[in-house]
Amino acid sequence: MALIEVKDLCFAYEGDNLAVDHVSFSVPEGQYVTIIGHNGSGKSTVAKLLAGLLEKKSGSIVIDGLELNQKNLHQLRSRIGIVFQNPDNQFIGSTVRDDIAFGLENHCVPQEQMDDIISEFSTRVGMSEFLDKEPTHLSGGQKQRVAIAGVLAMAPKILIFDEATSMLDPQGKDEIKRVIMDLHRKSGLTILSITHDIDEVTSSDNVLVLAEGKVALTGTPAEVFSQEKMLKKIRLDIPFSLKLADELNKRGVSVNRELTMEGLVKELCRLHSNM
Amino acid sequence: MPIAFEHVSHIYNDGTPYRHVALEDVSLELAEGKITAIIGQTGSGKSTLVQHLNALLLPSAGKVLILDRTIEAGSQPKQLKSLRGQVGLVFQFPEYQLFEETVLKDIAFGPKNFGVSEEDAAKKARTAMQMVGLGPEFEERSPLELSGGQKRRVAIAGILAMDPAVLVLDEPTAGLDPQGTEQMMSLFHRLNRESGKTILIVTHDMEQVYRYCDEVVVMEQGKPKLRTDVQTFFHDSSLCRELNILPPALIRMKDMLRENGFTVSDEISDVNGLAKELARQVKRHG
Repeated sequence: MALIEVKDLCFAYEGDNLAVDHVSFSVPEGQYVTIIGHNGSGKSTVAKLLAGLLEKKSGSIVIDGLELNQKNLHQLRSRIGIVFQNPDNQFIGSTVRDDIAFGLENHCVPQEQMDDIISEFSTRVGMSEFLDKEPTHLSGGQKQRVAIAGVLAMAPKILIFDEATSMLDPQGKDEIKRVIMDLHRKSGLTILSITHDIDEVTSSDNVLVLAEGKVALTGTPAEVFSQEKMLKKIRLDIPFSLKLADELNKRGVSVNRELTMEGLVKELCRLHSNM
Repeated sequence: MPIAFEHVSHIYNDGTPYRHVALEDVSLELAEGKITAIIGQTGSGKSTLVQHLNALLLPSAGKVLILDRTIEAGSQPKQLKSLRGQVGLVFQFPEYQLFEETVLKDIAFGPKNFGVSEEDAAKKARTAMQMVGLGPEFEERSPLELSGGQKRRVAIAGILAMDPAVLVLDEPTAGLDPQGTEQMMSLFHRLNRESGKTILIVTHDMEQVYRYCDEVVVMEQGKPKLRTDVQTFFHDSSLCRELNILPPALIRMKDMLRENGFTVSDEISDVNGLAKELARQVKRHG
């Protein structure tokens, strides 16, 4: 059984207008899934439902074999960590150390143990040199890394990133993407990342495309990006190499729809020398 | 007349241990009637630079010339209010500054503040709403319950309602989805091409700079390192690489193709053009 099983999930902020409309998907343990779709497509709402921050209208969410409901909420919450978009809205402590410790203190973790945990996870996100720094002296990317460390300190099985890179500068974006990739490869965490970043989508295991509260597409990046018509209909961006490959195919040059520029250049070199 | 910075320095917290020189002896001209991108790493002085344009920040030394006015170090600028009406400044994440009960009131706040009658202010607000693509159904809604992208548009409409001659935008598309980014940038492009507004955009997004801007200013450690036109800047990846900036995808692809023995002319500036050129070369070989 998959780690996350979502079936016919529905949610409405008000009235009968479904923000999440019969959404079903499953995520096996250890997978890195990106969730894409336009603003208002229901991505963040799905994330908040999974993290138990919103209560569903109907349908079911089963995490790690347990149904997410009032009874199991507390138990399941500790298995899910969520990192939000705005680095300034989630920095609670007065220093990096305090911020990472916040969740641990709430769980009454003894001091000695806490120091070890803080040291481990601040190192994990490359912030161990900054433990006594105040948030005003940190960049957006650094604040987000602290947020990730704080979430990791709670030992979750699932990490959700809700557009965690979208307010950062290019350097900050790269930092966070590297941390996410590293966590995925080395820690076996299950990762759900809501993003608009095409490169990040390309590097994930699976993609969930939402449109108007419904699942529009799902599959590997290659599978999802092969659904040109659907992607065009919901006006989602595709990697540059695919745009070029499509234009070439239209002009009678048949090339594979490569997801990376390097791949496409190789394709073209092959054609160039074969002929 | 162009906008000019003459030996402008800006020092934050001067005379305290937190003293920080954000701009250092900046002399720079910015073309009127064009779209100029101001790029550079976080902390390079981009935001400090543009906040001098409506005298929100005053130079610690030197002077700024804009729209027949001089903003000089050491003297209070005259007719500040009318300057602020002519130079519209949109901050980063302006949606955090919405405060009125309804979208219409929020957008009309600016013109009303400049002495325009209630009725005319509402009229200007409606025109601005149309420009940014917010339908009349949004007029009576609370700005606080809108989506991020919609809030951003309300904030920008609030500045447009004052019909400024110069529009300064600090990272106007940060955090927007690709479609929202597209709509926003084509709006600025239209305002420039159709109404001749001078537009300055602080941004990190090279795809947008390449597509929509005319000129580029690169800031580095409080100084302009480079000012050039977009075509020259993106002629190939070398300038971007030197500045540690990821070049637009098209430029990266062109460079990669050249390295692999393809001939790609400089004029090619979009995917279609590139595909046409490649198709010709591959077929000729065949």
